Amino acid sequence: MRILLVEDDAEVARFVRKGLQEAGHVVEHAANGRDGLFLAASEQFDLLVLDRMLPGGVDGVRLVETLRAQGNRTPVLFLSALSAVDERVRGLKAGGDDYLVKPFAFAELLARVEALGRRPAGDAPVTRLRVADLELDLLSRTVTRGGKRIEVQPREFRLLEHLMRHAGQVVTRTMLLEKVWDYHFDPQTNVIDVHVSRLRQKLDKGFDKPLIHTVRNAGYMIRAD
Amino acid sequence: MDPSLPAVAPSGAAAAVPRGGMAPPAGDRRERAPRGPGLPPPSGEDLAAGPPPAEGPLLHLLRSAGFRFALLFAALFAVSILAFALVLWWGTAGALDRQTNAVLRADALALEERWREAGASGAAEAIEERLAVDAEAESIYFLRAPDGRRLAGNLDRWPPEMEDASAVWADLSVTHDGQRSEARLHAIRLPGGHRLLVGRDVSDKIRLRQLLAEGLIWAAGFALLFALFGAWLLRRALETRLRPAFRTAAAIAGGDLRQRVRLTGLGDEFDRLGATMNAMLDRIDRLMAGVKGVSDAIAHDLRTPIARARAKLEDALRAAPDGAATAEEARALRAAIEEGIADLDAVTRVFQALLRIAEAEAGARRAAFAPLDLVPLLADLAEFYGAAAEAAGQRLETDLPASVPLTGDRDLLLQAVANLLDNAVKFGPPGGTVRLSARALPGEPGPAGAALVAEVTVADEGPGIAPADRARAGERFFRADASRNTPGSGLGLSLVLAVAHLHRGELVLEDARPGARPPGLRARLRLASG
Repeated sequence: MRILLVEDDAEVARFVRKGLQEAGHVVEHAANGRDGLFLAASEQFDLLVLDRMLPGGVDGVRLVETLRAQGNRTPVLFLSALSAVDERVRGLKAGGDDYLVKPFAFAELLARVEALGRRPAGDAPVTRLRVADLELDLLSRTVTRGGKRIEVQPREFRLLEHLMRHAGQVVTRTMLLEKVWDYHFDPQTNVIDVHVSRLRQKLDKGFDKPLIHTVRNAGYMIRAD
Repeated sequence: MDPSLPAVAPSGAAAAVPRGGMAPPAGDRRERAPRGPGLPPPSGEDLAAGPPPAEGPLLHLLRSAGFRFALLFAALFAVSILAFALVLWWGTAGALDRQTNAVLRADALALEERWREAGASGAAEAIEERLAVDAEAESIYFLRAPDGRRLAGNLDRWPPEMEDASAVWADLSVTHDGQRSEARLHAIRLPGGHRLLVGRDVSDKIRLRQLLAEGLIWAAGFALLFALFGAWLLRRALETRLRPAFRTAAAIAGGDLRQRVRLTGLGDEFDRLGATMNAMLDRIDRLMAGVKGVSDAIAHDLRTPIARARAKLEDALRAAPDGAATAEEARALRAAIEEGIADLDAVTRVFQALLRIAEAEAGARRAAFAPLDLVPLLADLAEFYGAAAEAAGQRLETDLPASVPLTGDRDLLLQAVANLLDNAVKFGPPGGTVRLSARALPGEPGPAGAALVAEVTVADEGPGIAPADRARAGERFFRADASRNTPGSGLGLSLVLAVAHLHRGELVLEDARPGARPPGLRARLRLASG
């Protein structure tokens, strides 16, 4: 992916840039909002990673608002030191697609970058998700594996749906908390792990190949092999 | 986050946790603090705590204060009218009476003089002369001989009421010159047992006095009406002038700091009150903005270095195996770095919790309040934490009604109940049961004067909190000695308390099973709407 990083803190920028490049992405960097806006408006990127507070008169929110006003729909991930609920809401309202509070683990950032950048193109609604022999029907809301029906709770269905929509990508615990439960606080316990392992038991029972994999220090991934 | 763990928590009375910090052990500071020393206690409700749109408390207060002022005004008015009438009466009717008396006394003296000079015949002659020139027939005379005979005068007979020698003055109805009339009479004794009666017909004066009295009564009646009307006007004016100040105060209490008291420009006391309030609000606004600026700055200036440090550690983690000489060294280095990262994450979590608490306590989030139903939120949370309870060998039971509507902050309410559930699971024994329940309250008055409409209860079978520690349990970083070695920052209950206060409610901590051992903890989060 071609990613534009707009971040004024040189060290954080270097760390993010290096990490993203190691993960195989091409990264352009701007150190202030004005340069960032210029680059974002004049070149084609798959994703923008923006600091919320930027020097140079154009902060992250202004930058996104300007881009969106010009019809630029490039996905935007906010990085911010502002954690207040209102700030997150403001960032998303301005046109951001995700919001990550500093300090963050790089794995968290990478997972969110990949989730945002590899969103399915086109507006055709997906009605059926498939990973190996696991099938999830979004219309009848049923789960089958190898043709065998698996009973899941509504919340487990949403959890599985989120994992399958991002099949082959790492999904972090915080992402699951935010996207599946819509919780924006730290539950202080490993509840997510408990929910995932329950789901995993249901899916893998009677099958040799596990589908949901734990990615150390990052999160979970559903994949065929 | 941690309640204390004393094994011997006697089943004590429930203790409401005071507002954080150095609050006194009981009661809500907000309830008492803002009342000035010189002001009389407002009758009934607390002005500052009233719900923003409802004007009940202030109107109630106004009614009493305005009514008192109006009453005072009417009373003063009535007293001055009474004094005026008295002076008028004394100066008119009274003066007429005094004048009559003086004339009678002078006439009697003159006749007595005549008696001394010319004897009885001389006096009789003088009386006849006087009667002859009295065109209006107002004068009354009676000169009586010791045997009761009339020597001179126009009165038919000596009035029996004045037979007694001691009777000197009298107001009587008498017949003179063939007509009955009201008269003022003065009797004196003359030498040799004679007596002289001098009088004046006062029928006209009495009529005049009646007219005067009637006039005064009418005037007083109208004056009283004016007084009542004036009192009503005064009360209304007072209410009208105070309402902007009240509206503003109510809006501020509701979290809208932009409101200001509208001034009339008259520069009177009410304007001065409004201007003082506005100055105070400006200052509060600046302070709030300052606090917000400071916490934003802290957020930025503290998070950025932590982010850098974390980034460096993560970098080092990737490089460590190559840089280390042996596999053993590499492992040790890696472990040390991972611990460093975990510590930084712990710092971030505490910091995040503090910011959240500050956010809730500032009340700024009241602007983000929205109507919601607690039941689906709680059911979701129960499902979420049910997994954690199960993993800890416990059960999470719920008792939720069909609906508990409330206007509040979804995210903060969720986090508050999540903290309570997390605590309950953390401190409950394996095999124990955690109970989450909710109910709508019938609007009983809360600590901040607002009507409580919802209650969320989390009960566990853990060691509970000793009654002595309950009041302090909501303080930041408070951890009872018994819970020092359990994980947690000591901020969980502080957040719950801050959320309770944000919703103008309270957090009540009590024994879940009074008398049992361990007593368990029942935390009741009681909330007002909006």
